[in-house]
Amino acid sequence: MTGTATTTFEQVLGLGDDALIAAQRLCEWCTRAPEMEEEVALANIALDQLGAARLLLTYAGELEGAGRDEDDLAYLRDDREFRNVLLVELPNGDFAVTMAKLLFLSAYQRLRYEQLAAGEDARLAGIAAKTVKESTYHLEHATLWTLRLGDGTEESHRRMQQAVDEIWPYTYELFDDNALRQPWLNIVEPVLAEATLTRPEDPPWAPRGGRQGLHTEHLSYLLAEMQVLHRAHPGAQW
Amino acid sequence: MVNPQPATPSGSPADAVAAARAAAAAVVDPELRVVTIEELGILRDVRVESGTGRVTVTITPTYSGCPAMEVIRRDILAALAAAGYPDAEVETVLAPAWSTDWISDAGRAKLAEAGIVPPGPASGPVPLGLPRRRPPAVACPRCGATDTEELSRFGATACKALWRCTRCAEPFEYLKAI
Repeated sequence: MTGTATTTFEQVLGLGDDALIAAQRLCEWCTRAPEMEEEVALANIALDQLGAARLLLTYAGELEGAGRDEDDLAYLRDDREFRNVLLVELPNGDFAVTMAKLLFLSAYQRLRYEQLAAGEDARLAGIAAKTVKESTYHLEHATLWTLRLGDGTEESHRRMQQAVDEIWPYTYELFDDNALRQPWLNIVEPVLAEATLTRPEDPPWAPRGGRQGLHTEHLSYLLAEMQVLHRAHPGAQW
Repeated sequence: MVNPQPATPSGSPADAVAAARAAAAAVVDPELRVVTIEELGILRDVRVESGTGRVTVTITPTYSGCPAMEVIRRDILAALAAAGYPDAEVETVLAPAWSTDWISDAGRAKLAEAGIVPPGPASGPVPLGLPRRRPPAVACPRCGATDTEELSRFGATACKALWRCTRCAEPFEYLKAI
């Protein structure tokens, strides 16, 4: 480890919280997905995200050095202490919104993990080398749905375009601590083009704040549901 | 099938490692019950501490969120205890990341026999650009036809995709290359 490349608690916490909150949101599709195969797929993607979150939060806790483990970090922090981007906490909304979120997130995670897998922090590289393979499958899945919906019926096209337009401003925050926006556009723009969707204009202002703990109200409700059992029955096992 | 013998105080250290390894290697995967953890390539190392006889087994997860890891850990400890090694621990390593290329030929044959099509070679880094790999050509494990289609890239577990044979109409699973 040399120079300025030191991994920080906050940095790993951001990566872990992205994965954790994405997992919790995706789980909400259980029993509600449009078809059985999709339900299973979303649950599996959520499980991958949860696996990544556990590894990352465990490492974050060690970097912090205050004795907090993955469960302490997941279940015993309040909303202002979370460092995930706003994109992952947004409600699932229309199925097209979920797919737009997954497309944008997985393209980012794919690139970010690839970068970290080649980085100087061996522990983080080990985690990232594993999760990058999984992100590739998530990205493929979201891509197939974006093409199917965008280049589908008039109605599915309209809703997919609406979803892309709605989520697009939230993608800028993903690149505040890295230089991956152009590589990300190189993935996302061809998908949108083939799906006959219009790539939104750069907005004059983009929502941010997640990495500093300033979240939408949606995160608070999500955390309430995710944490209630653990907080009501600390250390419960079954 | 190796039948592990309990270690005796007079056994050599190499014998103890071989016996402990045989016990751990025979543990079957709880999701893919036809193959052992050794055949799957997730058993990475078995060490026996000289003097104390304490066994350390190193495994690696297939997928980072694989819920079978906890069961595998328990099964390894139980197998070692039954083989005469009650003092044992299981540690998990992530690097190098598991690949389906590590599944042995014997493991592949057993999967195929159970109707789970074994994976093709895992590609290297996936090229950027339009992130879409063509599904591999997968032959039906029942009738052998290659007129098959992918129903879902995510099956009953994260490691399997769901496929269907369009000739004999049999649905089947494909262990995804990763």
